[in-house]
Amino acid sequence: MANLIELRDLAKIYQSGDTEFAALHDVNLSIERGEFVAITGSSGSGKSTLMNILGCLDSPSRGSYLLGDRDVAKLSRIELARVRNETIGFVFQNFNLLARTSASENVELPLIYARVPPAERHRRARESLERVGLAHRAGHHPSQLSGGQQQRVAIARALVTRPPLILADEPTGNLDSVTSTEIMNLLSELQRSGMTVIFVTHEPDIAAFAQRKLALKDGAIVGDVSQLPVRSSAPQSHAASPGMAP
Amino acid sequence: MISAGETLRLAARALRRNKLRSFLTTLGIIIGVGAVIFIQSIGEGAKSRVRAQIESAGTNIVMLFSGSSSGPGGRGGYGSQPTITWEDLRAIQTELPSVAAVAPQINASQPVISETSTWNTQITGTTPDYFSIRNWPVANGALFTASDQASAAKNAVIGQTAAENLFGPGVDPIGQIVRIRDAPFTIVGVLEPKGQNAMGVDQDDGLFIPLSAFQTRMQRGLGKFVPGRIAVSAVSPEAIPRVRLEISQLLRERHRLAPDEEDDFTTSSMAEMTSMLTSTQDTMTLLLMAIAMVSLVVGGIGVMNIMLVSVTERTREIGIRMAVGAQPADIMAQFLVEALVLAAIGGALGVIFGVGMGQVLAPKFGWNMETKTQIVFIALGVSAGVGIVFGLYPARKASRLDPIDALRYE
Repeated sequence: MANLIELRDLAKIYQSGDTEFAALHDVNLSIERGEFVAITGSSGSGKSTLMNILGCLDSPSRGSYLLGDRDVAKLSRIELARVRNETIGFVFQNFNLLARTSASENVELPLIYARVPPAERHRRARESLERVGLAHRAGHHPSQLSGGQQQRVAIARALVTRPPLILADEPTGNLDSVTSTEIMNLLSELQRSGMTVIFVTHEPDIAAFAQRKLALKDGAIVGDVSQLPVRSSAPQSHAASPGMAP
Repeated sequence: MISAGETLRLAARALRRNKLRSFLTTLGIIIGVGAVIFIQSIGEGAKSRVRAQIESAGTNIVMLFSGSSSGPGGRGGYGSQPTITWEDLRAIQTELPSVAAVAPQINASQPVISETSTWNTQITGTTPDYFSIRNWPVANGALFTASDQASAAKNAVIGQTAAENLFGPGVDPIGQIVRIRDAPFTIVGVLEPKGQNAMGVDQDDGLFIPLSAFQTRMQRGLGKFVPGRIAVSAVSPEAIPRVRLEISQLLRERHRLAPDEEDDFTTSSMAEMTSMLTSTQDTMTLLLMAIAMVSLVVGGIGVMNIMLVSVTERTREIGIRMAVGAQPADIMAQFLVEALVLAAIGGALGVIFGVGMGQVLAPKFGWNMETKTQIVFIALGVSAGVGIVFGLYPARKASRLDPIDALRYE
């Protein structure tokens, strides 16, 4: 299978005064389509920086980042916005939902910027919310939802454009362990339906859900192992609906 | 860019969330536009009142004066040296096709004595055509006639103000005798009220007698020349320039003036007077409008201020939108349209405010209000323009945010 992500000699350097600080350096990495990857490391290891670059929210200082067949390191702000919209679904640790805006409207947001007409937008937002088991909360505002529910809305938003790549930055960082397991099961399902899922975590039991585990330390990849992912035995009330694969 | 409808919906929603703040922000624009509309309406109303007053003097009128005398003593005023003869007058009336009627008039302020009181009023000696030229019918009785003029009969027509002062309210002046310089005049008619003229003079405070009687009673008697000024009415307003040209040609010929000699007479039209008076009004209105515009600019700065606050407050929202694929142009449009809507709503409320203020104040102060649709659209356009101009900087600032920084903003 072709590589979805190919990083070559990637570096991210922050300059403050005369001193340079390399948040990332000499990063070489290939990720195939359909992989389920955990990026681990202690805080300050550069895993969030890597995630932001993978998510086209940030640009590398050096090196190249091939996403599909494009070098996104060289794209303009406008083109990066399009890549974020079409190719990537991003899930944040703190959910990043629009306040005072219903779950369904939050899910629709990427579709607005994809110029999808309203009727189609509503339909797809509903499908997405069904897929994360929150169709019955479509009209609720984030403040009326629990943390786990908010993260599921965020996941629905990430997958509503049917992107090939889902990126999750500490998706369970603000959640209790039961809810964390639910969220990780949801991400596993997405991966099984054909999406490439990459997530950042510093918790070993969360990293255990992945098929491949990358370890970062001081801005460099120090470990890359394949593993048998754990499968939660928790009952799944929200099975992936058939025909939703991208 | 996402669709205009979508952007508008976003803007409306953001503004609704901060209703009070949005309203306070637009207040500057409301006041600015309101003042512009109000001042313009009052100015336009005053102008059309002046125009109406001038027209009440009689439509289609050309005034003809005997020429100014230029001699060793300097230039005299119009009519200081009579040059227009009664034959000239007859020729103007009969030979010029564009002329409808001709009436000479001469005024003097004189005490008039009735049985009960004495009243100093304006006495006008004229011919019966004067009343048709000035479109001024009698309310009671009749006008003096052409034969009164021929015989210098001592009949008089009186204005309502003069009548009230001479005879007291409620007394029928018809048939009453008044004395002017010891000569008894019989009141034969009372004129309809006409109100003030453009100069603020009460036109109803006057007494009108045949010109011939005026000359025999108050001057040296009838002469070869027509005294005073001559009102000439054109057949239509469009004919006024033609009337002036024809009079000029006719009189130059009759007075045998050489081509290099100046006219020994002068004509002026009411249109000239109207434009002179209204141009003063225009200058005043323009000045006040300029002041009102300053308020509009201040309002625009208010919009900019609140948009900057809004961009800062919603930095995370901007970050989220960018993270899911909003382009810089989308973010720019969102905030620009928000500023535009804010200013346009302010403009619309300002129009209502301005017109409303006029409706309340105009009757109180006896002003005349006239709001031009054109000005309403200009005011709305200008306030929308203010929204765009002052919204541009905050919107640009929002669109240039870095997604990562915006997402991390607390």
